[in-house]
Amino acid sequence: MLLRVENLVVEYRAAGHTVHAVSDVSFDVARGETLGLVGESGCGKSTLGRAILQLPRQTAGRVVFEGIELGEQRAEAMRKLRRRLQIIFQDPIASLNPRRTVGDIVAEPLIIAGEKDVATRNAKVREALRAVGLDPELVAQRRPHEFSGGQCQRISIARTLVLEPHLVICDEPVSALDVSIRAQIINLLEEMKARYGLTLIFIAHDLAVVKVISDRVAVMYLGKLCEIAQTEQLFREPAHPYTRVLLAAIPKPDPDAPLADTVPVGEPPSPIAPPSGCRFRTRCPRAAERCAKEEPVMRSIGEGHFIACHFPHHGG
Amino acid sequence: MTLALLEVDNLCVELPTVRGPLRALAGVSLRLERGRSLGVVGESGSGKTMLSRAILQLLPPRAKVSGSTRFDGKTLQALAPEALRALRGKEIAVVFQDPMTSLNPVLTIGSQIVETLLEHLGLAASAARLRAVELLASVGIPEPERRAGQYPHQLSGGMRQRVAIAIALSCEPRLLLADEPTTALDVTVQAQILDLLARERSRRNMAMMLITHDLGIVAGRTDAVIVMYAGRVMERAATRVLFKQMRHPYTEALLAAIPKVEDAPHTPLAAIGGTPPDPTRPAPGCPFAPRCRYGRDDCREAMPGLAGLGDHQFACWHPLAQRPLPWRRDGR
Repeated sequence: MLLRVENLVVEYRAAGHTVHAVSDVSFDVARGETLGLVGESGCGKSTLGRAILQLPRQTAGRVVFEGIELGEQRAEAMRKLRRRLQIIFQDPIASLNPRRTVGDIVAEPLIIAGEKDVATRNAKVREALRAVGLDPELVAQRRPHEFSGGQCQRISIARTLVLEPHLVICDEPVSALDVSIRAQIINLLEEMKARYGLTLIFIAHDLAVVKVISDRVAVMYLGKLCEIAQTEQLFREPAHPYTRVLLAAIPKPDPDAPLADTVPVGEPPSPIAPPSGCRFRTRCPRAAERCAKEEPVMRSIGEGHFIACHFPHHGG
Repeated sequence: MTLALLEVDNLCVELPTVRGPLRALAGVSLRLERGRSLGVVGESGSGKTMLSRAILQLLPPRAKVSGSTRFDGKTLQALAPEALRALRGKEIAVVFQDPMTSLNPVLTIGSQIVETLLEHLGLAASAARLRAVELLASVGIPEPERRAGQYPHQLSGGMRQRVAIAIALSCEPRLLLADEPTTALDVTVQAQILDLLARERSRRNMAMMLITHDLGIVAGRTDAVIVMYAGRVMERAATRVLFKQMRHPYTEALLAAIPKVEDAPHTPLAAIGGTPPDPTRPAPGCPFAPRCRYGRDDCREAMPGLAGLGDHQFACWHPLAQRPLPWRRDGR
């Protein structure tokens, strides 16, 4: 296992309240796979992604990366480990320093990692830029504001790849991009994954995007994991009522597509005061008394298919 | 030919910028009949937001505008400011993408609806307050009396958008412009908001223009769609015709670039190479030519006009081959 997340809890204080961003989440990620992590606002997926990188450290639970427990590492050790653990953010323009040139931005991780030889650094920067489809001669001396969102995301990816990491957390990397550019960047990520032998955790709210890039998908709701399965299995036979609601809500670019049979109701409650028992029960068409009293525990309902629900659509 | 509710004729908008004049709209025409809905689809820089602002006469003062916009036969550019203000909010309403910027943060929700009712319908204050609560209930806000006394920041994004819709619908407009109304919302909330808009539209026989970058949103919810690129209309058709019988390569490319839930994992996406053109440096010829997989020499030389049969029009020298319309699954 490349990554093992065990009983992870992330809570933080905001305006005098405790926000239960991630509550007791456990899962594994195998080397070379892409795990999609999907959910709506307040589900904790971004917080989870950052907690894996210890940005900041989790409140409780363990993150074990390549056999090393990250929560126990000191700052210096963590900095070395982060060469193998990288992140791509949602807002491509905001994640690049506007006062630096592209060349310097992509070189920075190398400098921090202690690569003192300028020639080696330059060569690696050029290689990374070329890998993401940019011509180093044309871009290295320019600044982020001269580029479009899609190009900035390519620069971000180049910066991520320059240290040849093992695990890359992609936090909504295409949500802020236009449809036609989104497809380019998704294809690029697949290509980079193959070329560099990466393991990806792909965080998104767009299920169609998650499906196309992931080997397995985990669905989160209000800090909890609802369902996790092989991608095809999740989309073909979703067992958790929330997964079904999420799938039914996707707008399909086909005027002949039948209308959804599961109509979503209401909105996600606040992670400050999550409902008792199962957190989805306030919007669940199958909720019963048991759901309010007893929190469902993650259990297996098939080959690699796990679910936390008292009344799943199958496997009950 | 009957008078359409909204008629836009060869609308051109140019904005002065540091890098020279920016051509935001380069000759857009459209018609929207009473009670019908039109989807306006485009990516960034397509001009779709500029179009809604131009229709509403809400462009910056330095904008150079030519062409005309007629609402119910009245030319909007020719109206005096008071007449325009009376029209906007009452007959033509808008819902924007971000309710946090379109709602007044220092007024309660209730008073913002009441304000609109007093301004446009001249209701007495007590009647307006009752009507405001009714409207909040009709857009699906639970405990409307309590919510009416709250401020926008106390509501979630989805609730705020419902309030914005309540305000927009409060004066029974004949045309609703919804500019990316659900882009900032979660997918389950998006579905509810779109259903709400569809319900209200059919109840009131209201015309609607739904502006979005998401083809999925317009697929089941509009009568007709126009696809915009670089400030122009590239294709216009009845919705089903657009999706099943598209003739413009850009429409085809846009649809192909969307990941479909039906596709298997790791299906490579048909991305459109390159980037949209710089609107301050318009090139002769079709703006999509550099990125078009079918692009030929004549495409770069001259801009094709909109041509086609009846309601289905497209701006392309070498449109895709005509396809037969497939039967619907229900046999219609």
